[in-house]
Amino acid sequence: MTDTKSQVRSYVVDNFLMGRRASDLADDTPFLARGILDSTGFLELIGFLEERFGITVEDDEMIPENLNTLNAIEAYLARKKVSAACPSECRK
Amino acid sequence: MDMRPSTILAIDCDAEVQRIAERLLTIVADDFRRRGVVVALSGGVDSSVCVALACKAFGAARVLALLLPEKESSAKSAKLGRRVAEQFGVPCLSQDITAALEAIGCYTIRDQAIRAVIPEYGEGWKSKVVISGGLEGRVHFFKLVAQSPDGRMTEKRLPHKEYLEIVAAQNFKQRIRKTVEYFHADRLHYAVLGTPNRLEYDQGFFVKNGDGSADVKPIAHLYKTQVYALARHLGLPDEICNSIPTTDTYSLQQGQDEFFFALPYDKMDLALWAHDRDLPLKETAELLGMDERQAEFVYNDIRAKRKTARYLQAAPLTLEGPNRTAGGHE
Repeated sequence: MTDTKSQVRSYVVDNFLMGRRASDLADDTPFLARGILDSTGFLELIGFLEERFGITVEDDEMIPENLNTLNAIEAYLARKKVSAACPSECRK
Repeated sequence: MDMRPSTILAIDCDAEVQRIAERLLTIVADDFRRRGVVVALSGGVDSSVCVALACKAFGAARVLALLLPEKESSAKSAKLGRRVAEQFGVPCLSQDITAALEAIGCYTIRDQAIRAVIPEYGEGWKSKVVISGGLEGRVHFFKLVAQSPDGRMTEKRLPHKEYLEIVAAQNFKQRIRKTVEYFHADRLHYAVLGTPNRLEYDQGFFVKNGDGSADVKPIAHLYKTQVYALARHLGLPDEICNSIPTTDTYSLQQGQDEFFFALPYDKMDLALWAHDRDLPLKETAELLGMDERQAEFVYNDIRAKRKTARYLQAAPLTLEGPNRTAGGHE
């Protein structure tokens, strides 16, 4: 498991599952459909991602495809970090 | 079935008024042994219809209408509320709750949270919170919109902490109002009417122990469209029958579909109706005048709000008996 994913997993388990049922949270478990997060929970998760990883989650990035599973968040963070480290010309 | 939006939610208003009046009388007089009802009258369509229905059930003399303005509520709404009370001959009291809200910290706490997001916010500014994202398939989020005294608008996305802080402070308004309502109910040995319609009740658009608290909710089974139909049937003023629902909670005017619902009330009614009948997405999309993907977002939003509403609707749980949850599951 990557470091970013393990950090997000710990946060979700501690904060939203109150430290319980960690084994139920697979890398592809959908937060919304499984009732792990509601819309307020997503706001909290976004605040965590921004603070912990030093990114800004733009309005148009707040989609389930980026945020609804541990795998999706890992991929999203990877894209953000590549994007942040790369000058605008190489993103074209 | 006739699938025209205008006929789907059509009701026999006369029969419905009779039915509600009879049920109200039975519940309040026989079950609760109370001698009348208190209704907080905002000047909006829901509370105005409830006052009119209460008059049918108990007679005007056994209804107390309360106007509970504060410094940020609309003066026009209060005026309309008074007009409704006068039209139906209902005893009406007005009590400004601004001092109570100041004493409890409502405005101070809220403004501190707003300044954490918009530091220049201060005296003479107005604000509101608007919802964003749902119909585009994004995660819901909230924006703080503030207007400076010279009319300049500022809009910022609300972080989680400040969002909760602002909403919690604003909720003092509904909770103080409810405290006053129960004071009058206690002194008169009356019951308190709650005024949510089906959309609000089902989707959780109310404050727990605030406007969500009541002894009986006479229009919680009716779609907002049907409440408007009753308003016209009961002869309420045109300004109420033709009004666009607002929250009347924030200092900037705020439509209910800006703060909470994904769509304007008439479409939201149809969406809820369609969802609860398992109407296929294709038909729902046609009914709402949108594409299937958007209809699916609306369905998802209805389900998500319904889950959140369980907490708001739940009576306090005790730990005796089976492992019951707020959702009624064991």
